[in-house]
Amino acid sequence: MKPAPFEYARPETVEEVLSILAEHGDEAKILAGGQSLVPLLNFRMLRPAILVDVNRVAALDFLEVDGDILRVGALTRHLSLELSDAVRTRLPVLRRAMEHVAHVAIRSRGTIGGSLSHADPAAELPMMARLLDARIHVRNSGGERVVDAADFFLAPLTTSLEPEDLVTEVRLSLPPQGSGWAFEEYAQRSGDFAFAAVSAVVEAPEGRIEDIRLAAMGVDETPVRLDAIEEELRGRVLDGRLVDGAVELARQSVNPNTDLKASAEHRRHLMGVLTRRVITQAVGRTGKAAA
Amino acid sequence: MNARERIVTTVNGRRYEREVEPRMLLTDFLRRELGLTGTHVGCEHGVCGACTVIVDGHSARACLCFAVQAHGSEIRTVEGLGTADALSDLQEAFRKHHALQCGFCTPGMLMTCVDVLEKYPLADEHEIREALSGNLCRCTGYEHIVRAVAEVANKRRSERA
Repeated sequence: MKPAPFEYARPETVEEVLSILAEHGDEAKILAGGQSLVPLLNFRMLRPAILVDVNRVAALDFLEVDGDILRVGALTRHLSLELSDAVRTRLPVLRRAMEHVAHVAIRSRGTIGGSLSHADPAAELPMMARLLDARIHVRNSGGERVVDAADFFLAPLTTSLEPEDLVTEVRLSLPPQGSGWAFEEYAQRSGDFAFAAVSAVVEAPEGRIEDIRLAAMGVDETPVRLDAIEEELRGRVLDGRLVDGAVELARQSVNPNTDLKASAEHRRHLMGVLTRRVITQAVGRTGKAAA
Repeated sequence: MNARERIVTTVNGRRYEREVEPRMLLTDFLRRELGLTGTHVGCEHGVCGACTVIVDGHSARACLCFAVQAHGSEIRTVEGLGTADALSDLQEAFRKHHALQCGFCTPGMLMTCVDVLEKYPLADEHEIREALSGNLCRCTGYEHIVRAVAEVANKRRSERA
């Protein structure tokens, strides 16, 4: 299993990357962490004419808090997110999600720009992008545009990106300090792609849910926001009946597939179980400082 | 035939300069170009962990990196740990606890352990199993490997305390 021959380019600036992409169009593939791309090359499921290695583009590698926004350069590794102090204190839900991504040797290479561009419906970062209302900065030789995560993921492994586009930055909206959060995933083995996962951030300072965001993955064509449940819970004080209603809504609001690993019914069941845990945990954690 | 790229890379402290095809995987570079056959090739798609090496301080799958990407990098392979006469503490623990049978997964296991022992507390068995979950072993049932890693983790923790 060896890749077919390809040309190799190692630009060091965003402008150089964009000009190579403009020249080669869909004959080119961007090589970032390579943790999804290289297996596809090794299997020869992809045979690009040229690989554009962006690992030396220093301008894409940054991570900083800017007010209530976490600005993440596209080349930021899963491991950098996992180990970042800013993420640990301001966005513990993201840290927990990163711990579920494959294994340390994968997390040390894989990037946020790569994961979002690859758009696996059972990958953690695309779900985090939906949960945290990501604004995805995309550039090509014609200029820049900003795409909401809600408009970015179109289908499994399909985004609104064109071949000449490069994701440069992802802006995640930070919940206020003291917000509750939860992340729950079910996979066959530690590090495997999940059958299903649900995550939440919630503001409920006095026990009443002022705002809640809920997202799920592995249960639809793309990661999804659970808008209907958010609507149902906003302004309410959580009780058993409310949770039961949310669980039922969660099961109804997704369209899981049956594949070799799990049936649609199994995934729908998990959706209910995980939603119950996540809502309860997130509200319970409200007001507590990050570990 | 594609143009070959000249790369300079440091492996286990020794500098190497070679010309490689861009499509050459780091596994094949280490084994064929440098003769460092301690890095094993299992699945070649990032699932088994047998080819795990340390690239610039972090464990990585050598089958998911191209040699050309290692230009300017520092790499550590299993040959950079101890020698047969002077095993590293981790290798010694593997020997003592019978943490290998056929040995195929061992270089990848060791290089993963080198990395996770530095990054994570590995304070209990669950954490150790989680840290090793990206390395497949078909002989040992993992019991002995977990014991070896726990011993090293405990020893290093008490040395730090």
